[in-house]
Amino acid sequence: MTLPSSVVGDLGVLGVAFLPLAAINWHSVMFLLFAAVACLAAVAVVAADNVVRMALYLVVSLAATAGLFFLAGAEFVGAMQLMIYVGGTLVLLVFGVMLTAQAPFVAIKSEGGDRVVAGIVGAALLAALVLAGLSVPAWRQPASMHAPPPAATPLGMALVGVRVDAAEGPGVIGPRVGYLLPFEIVSVHLLVVLVGAAYLARAKRRKVPRPIDQVASVEPPASVAAHASIGRGERAGSVLTGGSA
Amino acid sequence: MVEYLTHTLGLSGTLAWTIAAVVAAVLVLNVIAGGALVFIWAERKVAARIQDRLGPTRTGGRFGWLQSLADGIKLLAKEDLMPDGADGLLFKIAPYVSFCASFCAFIALPFAFDVVGLRLNVAVFFVVAVLGLEVFGVIIAGYASASKWSLFGAMREAAQVVSYEVPLGMCVVVPVMLAGSMDMVTIAEKQAGWFWNWYLFHDPFTFVVFWVYVTCAVASVNRAPFDLAEAESELVAGFHTEYSGLRWSFFFMAEYGSMFLVSGMAAVLFLGGWNGPIPIATLLGWSEGTGESAHYLVRLVGLANLIGKATLGVLFMMWIRWTLPRLRIDQVMTTCLKYCTPIAAVMFAGAMLWQVLLPGGLMPGVGRPGGEVREGWLEGPGGRAVQAPAPPAVAEIRP
Repeated sequence: MTLPSSVVGDLGVLGVAFLPLAAINWHSVMFLLFAAVACLAAVAVVAADNVVRMALYLVVSLAATAGLFFLAGAEFVGAMQLMIYVGGTLVLLVFGVMLTAQAPFVAIKSEGGDRVVAGIVGAALLAALVLAGLSVPAWRQPASMHAPPPAATPLGMALVGVRVDAAEGPGVIGPRVGYLLPFEIVSVHLLVVLVGAAYLARAKRRKVPRPIDQVASVEPPASVAAHASIGRGERAGSVLTGGSA
Repeated sequence: MVEYLTHTLGLSGTLAWTIAAVVAAVLVLNVIAGGALVFIWAERKVAARIQDRLGPTRTGGRFGWLQSLADGIKLLAKEDLMPDGADGLLFKIAPYVSFCASFCAFIALPFAFDVVGLRLNVAVFFVVAVLGLEVFGVIIAGYASASKWSLFGAMREAAQVVSYEVPLGMCVVVPVMLAGSMDMVTIAEKQAGWFWNWYLFHDPFTFVVFWVYVTCAVASVNRAPFDLAEAESELVAGFHTEYSGLRWSFFFMAEYGSMFLVSGMAAVLFLGGWNGPIPIATLLGWSEGTGESAHYLVRLVGLANLIGKATLGVLFMMWIRWTLPRLRIDQVMTTCLKYCTPIAAVMFAGAMLWQVLLPGGLMPGVGRPGGEVREGWLEGPGGRAVQAPAPPAVAEIRP
């Protein structure tokens, strides 16, 4: 019985006698690993009782998805996933902590009817997405492993209005237009949101003081002031007498 | 390395990749763990000298250089305590979350040309994104400890994160803009030569941006004067009040690892990366072409340069820590949001204008404008020419 030389080399180095390591597609193994982590954590988000634990499982699920992107060679999308989704969940986590910190570890139980409805809706959505995914013929083929790794430069150029990656040829009409306008609209939109949030969050300075502030700022009546001074004098006196006695 | 394993040793591709990955991971782990040992000792000595004391003197000889090892053994032997009211799973997982984030960010940090765990096309972005995840460990630890001090520490950390992340991102963008790439190897390559080629001295705006970056970086690693999450005088020990033993030391390894990481990133982005202030290797003619030994010698000099710069950065942070008093939380937010963010934004615009109006610098003959050929530094291992990053294809915009 003879084995291929590459397999023999692997076995000799690793000292494993039965597992043909070279025959395993490690890319698929890593994919399944990340996918399993993402799915299990997603289920755990729904199944958990504690808000903070839910947020943590959500982070794990989203980070595993980022791992899938890195595995596919889409580094920019993966880093984006980490930055936006995982980083965004941070705020969720903080809110969870703030809401449940007063009564620690409150359990959020969902009722049986809710679970059934949620299960049906989720299963229907999953079925629709899987069917839609399988209906695209191009997605059934495995992607070429030897394709050049996608760089972020064409993406950036496209955002400022130049499609350096667009196909050039006789069939293409007009200039290769990028996405400058949508990019600008989204930027301005985000800026407006930011300014609005800052306006809402800043401390209000009232031009006309509220009645309660006016009451508080009024000098105390003479009797109250006299009473307060009596109290201070008494205490000081008692301390003095206590010290002298 | 993968090529070496496949061609010279005749291993299959998968096995070669696995070995290369394990070697890189172990090296990075050693950088973090060994670095923490050295830096904790250095921190004690620096703090002592600043406060006119001697610091550790007895353990392991004259300078107490075995002090960290003794501390480590003590931490290993300590009882692992967990409060009764704590959320067990979250309490246990939090130190690993912090440590993993710090570790993962090291993957993309280049230590010398081609000495990088994984050369990512978007390395800068990746490091910033992953460093942001370290906060999760702090907040989870603060929540799961079921202690008021811990919770206060976690909430302060959350407030601090949202304030420093914005200016930090803006500072990082400036060198990326000057280099035209988010690849850290490329960014460092563009600063080769004498020290006036460093982006720190590129123009006045980048000089200011560097100091804004330093401020935000200190805030991002929770060091004094920004150590509000573990304010010892107010919150016992903040988020890690309830931690002891090895779990506690994981938090500290993550902190010292992150300090080294942000310093290394400052070195790559602003201080020329592995290019020394004086291009010794080029002056002596040790380029890639002169032979195998010179080839490794160049890498070694680069490695020493980068680690030296990062260590200087860490020492600088220690100096700051033992010099400045701690800020209040509102002062932290004011510093980061009201001062650092506008300064970084204006300096970004200034650096952009400088790049447009004076692309050659003030003295075009001295500095090397843009990215020229760097005396054989772009030659990869085995004579394979490393593909230089394609210049932005502005020239072919209009047909």
